Amino acid sequence: MTDTATRRSSTPQTPQTPQGKLAKWADDRLNLAGPMRKQLNKVFPDHWSFMMGEIALYSFIILLLTGTYLTFFFDPSMAETVYHGRYVPLQGVSMSRAYASTLNITFDVRGGLIVRQIHHWSALLFLAAMLLHMFRVFFTGAFRKPRELNWMIGLGLIGLGIIEGFAGYSLPDDLLSGTGLRIADAIMLSIPVIGTWTSFLIFGGPFPGDVIIGRFYIAHVLLIPAILAALIGAHLALLVRQKHTEFPAPGRNEHTVTGERIFPTYAAKAGGFFFIVFAVTAALGGLAQINPVWLFGPYNPAQVSSGSQPDWYMMFLDGSTRLFPSWEIRLWGYTIPPLFWPTVVLPGILFTLAGAYPFIEARMTNDTKAHNLLQRPRDVPVRTGLGAMAITFYLVLFLSGGNDLIAKAFNISLNAMTWGGRILLITLPPLVYLTTYRVCLGLQRHDREVLEHGVETGIIMTLQTGEFIEVHQPLGPVDEHGHGTLSYAGTPVPKRMSQLGASSPLRHIRGFFYPVAEKPEIQAAIDEIEAAEAEQPDTHQLTD
Amino acid sequence: MSTTHPTTDAPSADDLREMTPEEAMLAGAEADDVHIVHRRDRFPIRGTRAEKRAERAVAASFTVSALAGIGFIVAFIAMPYQWHLPGTPQDFRFYTPALGGLLAIMLMFMGVGLVLWAKWLMPEEEVIQHRHDEPSTEEDRLMTQATLAVGLEDTGLPRRSMILRSLGLAGGALATVPLVALVGAMIKKPGKQLEQTLFAPNPALFPPHGYVPIVYSDWRRVSPDDMLPGGIATVFPGVRETGPDGTNGLTSASSPTLIIRLKPGQTIKARKGQAGFGWPSDAPEFVAFSKICTHAGCPASLYEQQSTRLLCPCHQSQFEVLEDAKPVFGPATRSLPKLPLDVEIGSDGRQYFIAKADFNEPIGPGYWERP
Repeated sequence: MTDTATRRSSTPQTPQTPQGKLAKWADDRLNLAGPMRKQLNKVFPDHWSFMMGEIALYSFIILLLTGTYLTFFFDPSMAETVYHGRYVPLQGVSMSRAYASTLNITFDVRGGLIVRQIHHWSALLFLAAMLLHMFRVFFTGAFRKPRELNWMIGLGLIGLGIIEGFAGYSLPDDLLSGTGLRIADAIMLSIPVIGTWTSFLIFGGPFPGDVIIGRFYIAHVLLIPAILAALIGAHLALLVRQKHTEFPAPGRNEHTVTGERIFPTYAAKAGGFFFIVFAVTAALGGLAQINPVWLFGPYNPAQVSSGSQPDWYMMFLDGSTRLFPSWEIRLWGYTIPPLFWPTVVLPGILFTLAGAYPFIEARMTNDTKAHNLLQRPRDVPVRTGLGAMAITFYLVLFLSGGNDLIAKAFNISLNAMTWGGRILLITLPPLVYLTTYRVCLGLQRHDREVLEHGVETGIIMTLQTGEFIEVHQPLGPVDEHGHGTLSYAGTPVPKRMSQLGASSPLRHIRGFFYPVAEKPEIQAAIDEIEAAEAEQPDTHQLTD
Repeated sequence: MSTTHPTTDAPSADDLREMTPEEAMLAGAEADDVHIVHRRDRFPIRGTRAEKRAERAVAASFTVSALAGIGFIVAFIAMPYQWHLPGTPQDFRFYTPALGGLLAIMLMFMGVGLVLWAKWLMPEEEVIQHRHDEPSTEEDRLMTQATLAVGLEDTGLPRRSMILRSLGLAGGALATVPLVALVGAMIKKPGKQLEQTLFAPNPALFPPHGYVPIVYSDWRRVSPDDMLPGGIATVFPGVRETGPDGTNGLTSASSPTLIIRLKPGQTIKARKGQAGFGWPSDAPEFVAFSKICTHAGCPASLYEQQSTRLLCPCHQSQFEVLEDAKPVFGPATRSLPKLPLDVEIGSDGRQYFIAKADFNEPIGPGYWERP
């Protein structure tokens, strides 16, 4: 900085206002003025698809708030107690203190039920938003260099989020969650060599023992949230350091980021969006019942209800377990149970592949450059096809996790559902890959066609020769053959006259769902007219 | 307000004092390499009707939010919330929906107000910031590399292999000790628990033979007369004493067992080593299988009388009862273990079931050491 000397030479003024004095007090001690202004002026790009990660972050905050409330009333103990609370149907039933205190939160704590339900809904939303955020990052190529590290942190967040959710819904010790714990124990037992020891280590003896709820509790409220918070911190720190990606548009390039500054516009929008996300979870928590543990009863290893489904983010594992054939390996007196492959090996492969994908793609395409501009999914058909293939694979597993409910609802044989799932799991993903690939190419060609020939106007003209032609509106300058000279720049190409401003001359396109910004000069003109109107109320209406 | 042109020279403090706040703000942005290329008030002329409309809408949002908040507090305190049996007034049912609705309105209008405020009233701007994400300069890299190399050389580690090795050893110990302490404290030797159930003969509790009585979940003993042909019952070992793991016959996870009374004409094809496990042993009418699924440990509790199949609702493994609960569909690989049944005459002269022995194989899901 060349101006340091000049700045020092001028005597600083003593602030007069209270906020000025406070600012000086803080700056004298923390030297804030420079770094703070830099953060206030930080630029964030705007696109609807960038809000998935925000939803995930906000639901994590809601989970921390509601979860802290719940710890004031929950008793993570497996000691036997006899219920004497307000819910008559379970009075006199012997149960764990964990289950009894969950009933207590539900029926005796004023407003306890809604906090419990907001907590559960937010957990579902947390994982759903993370998954959608991952899709967005994948399909737009935002994971490419220099952001591979943040991609892997994000994957870690999803994996930990799943474990955190499972630990959380196991805590009430009801019949449904106890069944889930029983299966978790069987999964641990299925691991070769160390399985039995792992299960006994975690459960403190044979299932269910009397320590698992207490251990899951401390993992759920302290260990995993602390790691999640640290990883989220790292995720955001990397985002700030590397700055957000953005879609290509006129005037944008790899070395700049375009948007609004944090203060005040972006902060107001993001803060407002936090409240909107919170409002949605509050409405769900108040109006939509979730996990009614009082209907399930306390856990009893002899009982199970049909149609037992875990929370949605576990269902793909439930589905893989249902579909996997009964293959057991027995060697030299040792056993690898069939449960091992769909519940340990499969998620291991899925997460490893996903984590390695940025490096695999860079290797395959010999791409060593850093990328800050996003790609449209259609422009990278192989990646988009692979992503669609992975989602299809996941969806078949997910739906198979509820195949008994589907069989019941549509009166289909359960065994047919299982076989259908097995066949679709293998045949559908390649088909979806090919279809997606073709669709991407088709969309690419249409973009080129419009750039070359212009937008279809819908106007048919008869030439003097009697020939009918359709009039096209070129998007820009044309060569001597009437072909557009604009080349494709990775941005959306207008396909309809209305997108060129033909139907509404006041507007131009910026949003995804509808035009959001009006042309400044036209808006200014309207304002002027309105102002004139306001001054002379007797003049007749000029607008509308 | 118009588009600004970046100034080449940073202004001095005296210059900044002469500027309007907006000019000083723009100078600050330029100093941070943030270029405000377009900045415009949403309502260049103050006080138009459109502006007032927008302002009123934002203020109305915040007001609705505040009112809903007050409504929440009133509802929280005043509404009945305590659960009552059906048949009595059920007005507590509105408590949670009312709280949720009011909370949602309060939060939603707070959020909508903020977003509208930003979108309608705050100046529209388009700002470009340089990323400064070029790799470090070659000079920086060279100097840092040298700093690291010299620092490492200063420690002498590359030469002093004795220190290096002993330090590695100490570091390894430092990392291992907490792990050993934690895992060591938690580790439990599996032993025989997975291979035994409380049906194992127990002469100490049930002299002289030690045959364990079979009971229902209310400790009533199970008699062949209780069951109709084609009937099924969940039963347990009648061990009331709490064992070392804190469970008794009813609460142990390995206890649940199904007794099935076959219909006349149905015969069971016994597996190897399980012949004569039913009762009567020569032509079994009653058979008992572990209820714990051999796949993932859920209770396989759905018995289809017509197809004589047992279904586990967790992953839909199906077991054919007439073939000694052999798995016939789904992911399970092993038959449900069969309990050797017998009867004894109780003090009231009735026949009651006992377990002649424990299951002859481990019950429940498979594991590595399972033969």
